Amino acid sequence: MIRFEQVTKRYASGREALADLSFEVARGEMVFLTGHSGAGKSTVLKLLALIERPTRGQILVDGRQTGSIARSAVPAYRRGLGMVFQDHKLLHDRPVWDNVALPLVIAGVPRREIDKRVRAALDQVGLLGRERGFPVELSTGEQQRVGIARAVVSKPPLLIADEPTGNLDPELALEVMRLFRAFNEVGVTVVIASHDLHLIEQFGARRIALTGGRIAGESHG
Amino acid sequence: MAERGRGFPVLVSGWLERHAQTFVASLGRLARAPFGSALTLGVIGIALALPASLQLVVQNARIASGGWQSALDLSVYLQPRLSEQDSAQLAERISARGDVVSARFISAAEGLAEFRRWSGLGPALDALQDNPLPGMIVVRPRVAEGAGEVASVEPLAQSLRQLAGVDQVQLDTDWVRRFAAILDALHHAATLFAGLLGLAVLMIVGNTVRLDIDARRSEIEVVKLVGGSDGFVRRPFLYGGLWYGLGGALVGWLLVEALALSLAGPVARIASAYGSAFALHGLGLRSSLTLLASGAGLGWLGAFVAATRHLRVIEPGHEG
Repeated sequence: MIRFEQVTKRYASGREALADLSFEVARGEMVFLTGHSGAGKSTVLKLLALIERPTRGQILVDGRQTGSIARSAVPAYRRGLGMVFQDHKLLHDRPVWDNVALPLVIAGVPRREIDKRVRAALDQVGLLGRERGFPVELSTGEQQRVGIARAVVSKPPLLIADEPTGNLDPELALEVMRLFRAFNEVGVTVVIASHDLHLIEQFGARRIALTGGRIAGESHG
Repeated sequence: MAERGRGFPVLVSGWLERHAQTFVASLGRLARAPFGSALTLGVIGIALALPASLQLVVQNARIASGGWQSALDLSVYLQPRLSEQDSAQLAERISARGDVVSARFISAAEGLAEFRRWSGLGPALDALQDNPLPGMIVVRPRVAEGAGEVASVEPLAQSLRQLAGVDQVQLDTDWVRRFAAILDALHHAATLFAGLLGLAVLMIVGNTVRLDIDARRSEIEVVKLVGGSDGFVRRPFLYGGLWYGLGGALVGWLLVEALALSLAGPVARIASAYGSAFALHGLGLRSSLTLLASGAGLGWLGAFVAATRHLRVIEPGHEG
């Protein structure tokens, strides 16, 4: 599903975030990227979302060379990808329903179909009935689940998450991780960047540890 | 995947639905910031009202001057000793000419009565023992369509001068030429102002939209992150610009109509002092629609330029 081939990313500031990084993630796999902040986890996810482009090397997603995706084709590419962020990135002046529906509205899905799918996604994250509420009325954990509902509402084959439990207490964090596990169990490829080793150890998933933009170690379960 | 199994009509109705939704939503956004919106609409309104009111002046001056035909009438002054009967016969002979539409004889007495009516010099005229005015014939020439009007009348004036009993033939071409030149200059100025102030409207809307975009930067980033294209992100701003332009044009229209209304009284008094029934005309349906359409078009265009330039720069994510 994902293949990094000798990817180097150097930012405009001169900092080298990734150095000659190569790894693969199989379809339907769940993978944790671990490491301290600055190890390159976020950069990997940004490259996957085409928020950044690699300085050198190639990245293949679903068999497709991301380097050949033109600027104008980036929105369509992102619609095939579910993204979850540490700070949720919700629209705070819109109700929950609007937030979750956004990817479907962008894709031009008919209104009745949108309603059905939004309710299904909210049901999956345990927030059915909160459609009319605004993000500020929700707890941090609930806001993160709205973010997850938005990421999965268009049923993307790949889900990526950047420190999705960063702001949550251990109990809520575990709950959120279980959600990702559940999506993985129905066939979604999941890549999660997290520094919370203690939490990750409770899941029998593959771990890629990054240090200074290189792979420091790999372990399974 | 979302596209599967959807027919063309569904796609179109979905497209219409999304546009209609954005259309209304962008209006609601303006309504939620009434003070800022009112300022923008006011500035656009004034910018559009200036050339529109100048155009109004030109339009009315054209109507007041009565068009070209009467302005090209020839005044044929008769010799004082010519009898009224001979004068009337002369008028008939002139009106029978092929290059004349009509010839109307005005006797010395009629001329004096008319002069008395509109000059307001009644008592002074009573002091005169004799009528100082000669009899005259007003000749309306037949002017070929599209011919250089003033020049084409000159040969007729020449041949009228040769007739027995004619003292003088006067063609007020200088006055006609000057007035036409003034109107043309004003019309030209109105067009120039319209262009200049149209540019101003573009910049006002462009700047307002740029500020709107800055204010909604984080929202735009989120929409781009979940796959919104530049076009999708831009759409509400285009409708916003359309509303600004249309609303501003409406304000401008109201200003011009208010101006016309407040000037109607004084103008009517001037007209009646000159014995004319002229009344000030408003913009009329055609000019009004032109004003509204230009406003809406300029608003949309200003928003398009600003949003296209500005939205490209806003991209999610930086070094981290």
